[in-house]
Amino acid sequence: MQFLQTTLIRIFYAIVLLVAVLVLNFSLMHLAPGDVADTISQSMGGADQELLDRIRSDYGLDQPFLVQLGRYIAGVLQFDLGFSFFYNQPVTKLIMERLPATLLLVVTAQLLALFLGVFLGVISARKPNGLTSHFVTFMALFGYAAPVFWTGILLLIGFSLHLHWFPVAGMRDVTISGGFWVHFVDVLRHLILPMITLASIFLALYSRLARATMMEVLGSDYVRTAKSKGLSQRQVVYKHALKNSLSPVITLAGLQFSAVISGAVLVETVFSWPGLGTLAFQSIIARDTPTILGILFFSALVVIVGNLLTDIALRLVDPRLRGRS
Amino acid sequence: MKQFLKGTFTAAAALSVLATGVIAEDTPKQGGTLVTVLSTNVRNLNSAVQSGIVTGYPGAQLFASPLRYDEDWTPQPYLAESWNVSDDGLTVTLNLAKNAKFHDGVALTSKDVAFSVDVIKANHPFKSMFAPVESVETPDDHTAVLKLSKPHPALMLAMSGQLMSIIPQHIYGDVPIDEVKTHPRNNENTVGSGPFKLVEYKSGEHVILERFDDFFIEGRPYLDKVVMRIISDPAARAIAYENGEVHMGAFESLPRIINRLKKVDGLTVTSEGYGGIGPLDWLAMNTTKGPLADVRVRKAIAHAVDKNFIRNALMQGTTDESRTGIHPDSPFYNADVEAYELDLDKANALLDEAGFPMNGGTRFALTIDFGWPGVKPQVEYVKAALKKVGIDVTVRASADFPTWAKRMGTMDFDMSWDTVFNWGDPVIGVHRTYNSENIAKGVWSNTQGYSNSRVDELMAMAAVENDMAKRTALYAEFQQIIADELPVYHVNTLPYHTVYSDKVGNPPLGIWGTSTPIDMTYLKD
Repeated sequence: MQFLQTTLIRIFYAIVLLVAVLVLNFSLMHLAPGDVADTISQSMGGADQELLDRIRSDYGLDQPFLVQLGRYIAGVLQFDLGFSFFYNQPVTKLIMERLPATLLLVVTAQLLALFLGVFLGVISARKPNGLTSHFVTFMALFGYAAPVFWTGILLLIGFSLHLHWFPVAGMRDVTISGGFWVHFVDVLRHLILPMITLASIFLALYSRLARATMMEVLGSDYVRTAKSKGLSQRQVVYKHALKNSLSPVITLAGLQFSAVISGAVLVETVFSWPGLGTLAFQSIIARDTPTILGILFFSALVVIVGNLLTDIALRLVDPRLRGRS
Repeated sequence: MKQFLKGTFTAAAALSVLATGVIAEDTPKQGGTLVTVLSTNVRNLNSAVQSGIVTGYPGAQLFASPLRYDEDWTPQPYLAESWNVSDDGLTVTLNLAKNAKFHDGVALTSKDVAFSVDVIKANHPFKSMFAPVESVETPDDHTAVLKLSKPHPALMLAMSGQLMSIIPQHIYGDVPIDEVKTHPRNNENTVGSGPFKLVEYKSGEHVILERFDDFFIEGRPYLDKVVMRIISDPAARAIAYENGEVHMGAFESLPRIINRLKKVDGLTVTSEGYGGIGPLDWLAMNTTKGPLADVRVRKAIAHAVDKNFIRNALMQGTTDESRTGIHPDSPFYNADVEAYELDLDKANALLDEAGFPMNGGTRFALTIDFGWPGVKPQVEYVKAALKKVGIDVTVRASADFPTWAKRMGTMDFDMSWDTVFNWGDPVIGVHRTYNSENIAKGVWSNTQGYSNSRVDELMAMAAVENDMAKRTALYAEFQQIIADELPVYHVNTLPYHTVYSDKVGNPPLGIWGTSTPIDMTYLKD
């Protein structure tokens, strides 16, 4: 019951936050000089004043700011995210077409970073001053420090251009035909490089944290007890210590989920991954306010859901939390 | 004798090229999927209501236009099997192909032509294309007669490529004319009469087209399928060309990438095919305020900015010089104008003469704007170059295109780097920059505030002159005056390049490049 109440309160906060995000961004977009009519005319190679005026009146851009804002918020409250000025399509449709691709990329990259990060963290925690440990630390920090687009292009040059292992861009090869598995393998081949690129940023965080908590846990009394019981090193680490060292990592992963989504913008752009990131980038360039706000709305939703899932995951690994709200 | 024979063969070959407009290397092969690339998402597939280079390529495959142009700027029959311009220039008769059909099987008639002209006039940004067209008469299904209020030679180019897409009235006629631009069939289930029909457009991913079997030209197109992948990152596109994942792409404009791809075996990189669109880079100057109002100051700036440095160092040799507002590939281009070679002494003398003496290393201050990050090097160079003659330049960045467009459209600037396209006939894309009636009417209007009654007069005369020689002479004088008065210092053409693999036969390199039907393009084995 208490759990339900806290969840409801959190959902209420989330809605307040969403409205705040929308109002703030709408206002910010409005403050900047110029508008989508300019980018539409750019995409057409120029337009005369008459046409610009007509585009503005068609989309209600000639209305006072508060009227525009009011209309937009009223629409959102009726679950209508509006109509994209630039793409002439309902924003919801535009986003729904892109959302699966982003989710696929973000979730797989997050899982890869998490599992690999924890694994590497544990390995290096077992021999904190060993060569492996230093190597893991170096690689992780390198991935963290290198700009995403640079890592992406380097991977492309190595694995696509020279080795021909993976395709360059997009999510599928439209020239192939076949059953489900053919397409599954095709999407997987397209997914691997962007996934690694995106995961590389977060790998460092998770492996460093996993290493630190693991070292702490390995020094604790119950581990010593387990060891003195005669359990093997492997059993001690993976059965007893790992579970206890996981919760900080999972908490961090939940917090980082929004960062993963923003990281996806760059990765998607480099790999032409047909997700929300590329759409966000193009919409911002085009000043397509309804689309940008729609994407922010959906990203916020995804982050909130991600955080809820984190909570659940934490309760699963840590029995102490289960009784609490 | 051998020499003579060789000469004859060359002449015969040249003739056959002229006749077909195609260099027949080997016989075109039927079939295959051509994978090409688009650099950004398509806003709208319906080229009757959406101009621009992104829509041009898919638009020209989906929709046919009355005429087409090859490399030599001579109109060729397309939807119009023949045409006739009356002696007074006021009536243009199009005889349409009798077997032309839309992709849904409905016959294309002169009614569709009349409808399309109405739609274009109401929605297309280039009003000057059909402004003189008062009505389109349809005496029978296969004859469309355009009645003009005045002679309009620009109509020929305006009836070709992506500029006059014939769209089906039975599909787009269900909404008021000026709402066609938001018609749901613009992006979905789009139906035209071009060589390829739409299979799927997935935003951010691809446009897929397949062969239209009932295309009105027998035996064409050669390709079974055309895939247009949307890859926005230029480096990723370059790798895709090198990899062979993509056969062809146009509008590549990064000098570094162009030069790299030129060295790759199996790829051809060419700047052919951009004369129609006619993209030009220039330094725009606001002639209405401050020191720039004095033509001597503008000339001094032109003499102080070294075009060769921009072309050779910044653009790494990928662009051509353009001395006037008309693209060098255009038959109207006049290279015989003042070229403003680098001459700092002359620049200093002109500035002294204009009454701006050097005062502690500086004469006066100006600002320079730029609309997109790609031209920042040019802008930084102008700043450095003008410092040498005592002009202190501040670079003003814009957050994005609309910010810059606003500044330009309201003439809130001193100098700006600008990129403007000719769009075929000078009437369509050139006049707008110099016409005194078009001052400060949004971005890419006469944002320089330039006004010269002789220039206005020359443009007005050239717009209605059907005699090519006379028209060329009018534009020659026009270009001389512009080069002399410098509302704009013309620097170079845009480094647009088309990249295609050796597997591609007959790539589209006519004046409209990829914005033309690729019904003659084929894939080799």
